[in-house]
Amino acid sequence: MEKITVPKPRRLRRNLTILTVTLLIVGSAWFAGFNLFEVIGNLYKGSRLLGRMFFPPDISYVPRIISPMLETIQMALVGTFIGALVALPTAVLAANNFIKTKWLHVPLRFILNILRTIPAMVLASLFVAVFGLGAFSGVVALAIFTFGLISKLTFESIEAIDYGQVEALMSLGANKMNVLRYAIIPQILPQYTSYTIYGFEVNIRAAAVLGWVGAGGIGQTLEYNLAWRNFDRVGTIIIFSFAIVLIIDLVSSAIRKRLV
Amino acid sequence: MEKILVKKERNPLKTTLHTIYYLIVFGLIFWGFGGIEYKGIMQTAASSINALLDGFINPDLAYATNTTIDGLPYAILETIAIAISGTFVSAIISIPFALLASQNIVGQKVSKVGKLIVTMIRTFPELILALIFISVVGPGAPAGILALGIHSIGMLAKLFSEAIESMDMGVKEALESCGGNYFEVLFRAVLPQVSPELISYTLYRFEINMRAASTLGLVGAGGIGAPLIFAIRTRSWERAAIIIIVLVVTVTIIDQISGRIRKKLV
Amino acid sequence: MIKFVNVSKTYPNGVEALKNINLEIKEGEFVAIIGLSGAGKSTLLRLINKLIESTGGEVFFDGASVTKAKGRDLINIRRQIGMIFQGFNIVKRMSVLSNVLSGRVAYHPTWKTILGLFPEEDKQIAYRALQRVDILEKVHNRASDLSGGQQQRVAIARALAQEPKLMLADEPVASLDPITTVQVMDYLKKINTEDGITTVANLHHVDLAWNYATRVVGVREGRIVYDVLRKDMKKAQFFADLEKVYGRPLTHDEILGDE
Repeated sequence: MEKITVPKPRRLRRNLTILTVTLLIVGSAWFAGFNLFEVIGNLYKGSRLLGRMFFPPDISYVPRIISPMLETIQMALVGTFIGALVALPTAVLAANNFIKTKWLHVPLRFILNILRTIPAMVLASLFVAVFGLGAFSGVVALAIFTFGLISKLTFESIEAIDYGQVEALMSLGANKMNVLRYAIIPQILPQYTSYTIYGFEVNIRAAAVLGWVGAGGIGQTLEYNLAWRNFDRVGTIIIFSFAIVLIIDLVSSAIRKRLV
Repeated sequence: MEKILVKKERNPLKTTLHTIYYLIVFGLIFWGFGGIEYKGIMQTAASSINALLDGFINPDLAYATNTTIDGLPYAILETIAIAISGTFVSAIISIPFALLASQNIVGQKVSKVGKLIVTMIRTFPELILALIFISVVGPGAPAGILALGIHSIGMLAKLFSEAIESMDMGVKEALESCGGNYFEVLFRAVLPQVSPELISYTLYRFEINMRAASTLGLVGAGGIGAPLIFAIRTRSWERAAIIIIVLVVTVTIIDQISGRIRKKLV
Repeated sequence: MIKFVNVSKTYPNGVEALKNINLEIKEGEFVAIIGLSGAGKSTLLRLINKLIESTGGEVFFDGASVTKAKGRDLINIRRQIGMIFQGFNIVKRMSVLSNVLSGRVAYHPTWKTILGLFPEEDKQIAYRALQRVDILEKVHNRASDLSGGQQQRVAIARALAQEPKLMLADEPVASLDPITTVQVMDYLKKINTEDGITTVANLHHVDLAWNYATRVVGVREGRIVYDVLRKDMKKAQFFADLEKVYGRPLTHDEILGDE
C-alpha cells in the first residue's frame, strides 16, 4: 500500500517550555548546593536522630506537655475567631460586586495581599519583639494571618455568587443592607464557615511552631528541649502534637463535608 | 376573613443539637480567651512600634544592593531556589502516592491506607523535618529542599488524589477497551487527563512554599529566614524592614506569574 | 461472533440490569440495540469486552470465553474490539495522532507504548484510519481543538487503528447535532459494509436504527423483547412493535426523521 506522509508537528513551544522548566529545577538545586549523593550517603545520620527521638520517646514527659498544648489550641481558637470575625466585613467590602467603588477594593486587596505574603513566623517574631514573649504575640500574629487568608477566600466566594438573587432583591426595592442579609450572606455562609474551619486547621499547625520564636504554646517547649538536646522529649512532643492535629483534622473535615 | 393557621414545623431534636453545637463553639472560644495572658503589654510596645516604623521609613538599602553571598539578593535567590527544587521534584514523587490514595485507581481499601500515609506526611511539622535533615546534610539550603520536598508530598499527593478521584473516568474506560494494561491506561489516559490540574496545584504549592522557604531559614535551613529573624531579634529594624519589603515584593511577583500561568491552564 | 449464554448482571446495589440474556450476533451484522434509558443497553455492550463483569452466564467472542478471560487473554480479546462512547472519551490534551495511536497499545510492549515509541507501520495504520473518517488533516492538532463530531471521528479512528473485528458503539451520536449525527452514522455504516467489521450500537433514536441497522434488538427491563432482521421489517409493523420495547406506542413526533 502507498505510504501516507504527513507534515511534521510544530513542537517548538512545548519543547522550549519543558527545557526551561528542567533547567530551572536543576539550576535551583545546584545553586542551593544540593548534592544527591551526599544526601543518600548521610541518610543514616537522620535515622540515628529519629531513633533517639522516637525509640523510645520519653512518655513520662506527657503530663508536662498538656498545659502548653492547651495553650497552643487556645491560641489557634482565639486567633482564628478574631481573624475570621474581622475578615467577614472586610471581604464584603473588598468584593467587587457589592460595593462597587474601585478606590475601596484596590487598596484593600493590596493590604490583604501583603498580609498573606508575610510568613506567619515573621509576623510572630515581629510581635514578640513588640509585645514580648508569650501567647499574646502568637494570637495577634495568627489573627492577622487568618484575617488575610479568610478575607481572600471569602471575597472570592462573594464574587462568585449567583447574582440573580441580588438582582431579584434590588428589583423589589431592598437597600444594600437587606441585599447583604438576604441574598449575599445566605449564599456564602457555608463556604465562609468552611474557610474558618480550614483556617483553624492551618492555625493549629502554625500555632504549634510559632512558639519557636517565643510566641507561646508547645513550640516554645519544643525549642527548649531541642536546645537542651532532650531528643526523646522532642519525640514525645512531636507524637503528641501530631495526634492532636490529626484528631482536629478528622473532626473538622467531617464537619466541613457536612456543610457543603 | 378567617385567619389561616399554619402549623409550625418544629423538630426538637434538630434544635437541641444546633444549640449544643453553638454552645460548644462559644464555650471553646471563651475558654480560649481565658488562656491568653494580657500582661502590661502596651507600655513597651509603643516605643518598639515607633522604632519598627522608623525602620520601614529608612530601610537598609545597602544590604539590598550587596550582591555578595552575605547580601540580600543572594539570600532571596537561595529562597527561590529552595522553593523551586523542593516543589517540583516533590510534584513528581507525589504522583505515585496520589495514585495509591485514589479510590478509582486502587480501590477502597488500598486508597484508605494511602490516604492515611499521605495525611501522616502532611501533618509532620516542616520545621522538625528541616531539623532532621539538617542532621543529615548539615545546615543550609539542601536541608530546606529536602524538608520542603517531603512535606509538599503530603500536600500535593492529597490534592492530586482529589483531582484524580473527581476526573471523568471515560478516557480510562476507552483505553481499557482498546486493550491497554494498567500502566498504559495510567500514562496515556489518566495522567494526561488530569495534568492541567496537577500543574495548577503544583504552582499553587510553589506559591505557598516560597513563604515556607523563607521560614525554614529560621532553623538554619538556608534562605532569607535566618537573616530576617536575626534582624528582628536584634531589633535591627532597618534591616528587617528592607528584608520584609523585598520578600513581599518577590513573593507577590511570583504569585502574579504563577497565577497567570494557572489561569491559562484551565 | 458474539454469543450470550444465559447472561445476567445484578449490580451490588441490587439492581438487576440484565436477566437471562441469550443472544447471538453474527459476523458482518450491524446490530442496533434500542430501549429506554436504564433498560440494560449499556450493560449489555460492556459485557462484550468485559468492562463490566457478569454475575451469571457466559459471554463468548469468536468462540473464546470473555467471562473467563484474564490478563493477557483479555487484552488480546479487547484489542480486537473497538469501542466508541457517547462522551467520545478522547484525551483532550493529547494530539489527535497520539489518541489514535493509543488504539495500538495492545500490540506492543508496555515500555514502548508509554514512551510513545510506535513503529512507522503503526503510524501508517493511524494515518489510514484518520483518512477513513476524512480527518487526516487534523493529525497533529490538539484533540480539544476539534468539534464534537470531529472528536467522535477521532474516536472511530482510534478504534479502527486497532484493526478490530468488532465495533461497539455506546450511544455514539447522543451528544451530536442532527447533521453530525448522520455524518458519524454514515462512517459507522461505511466501516461495517466496506471493511466487514461487525457493529453493535446502542441507539437512542429509533429512526437511526431503522436507517442504518441490519438487525434491531430491543431491550426492556433487562430482557430482550424484540429481535428482528431489518430486511424482515415493515415500517408500520415496526412502529407498532416498539410498544414492546418502550412500554407504549411512540407517537409520530417522538420519532425523529421523516417517513
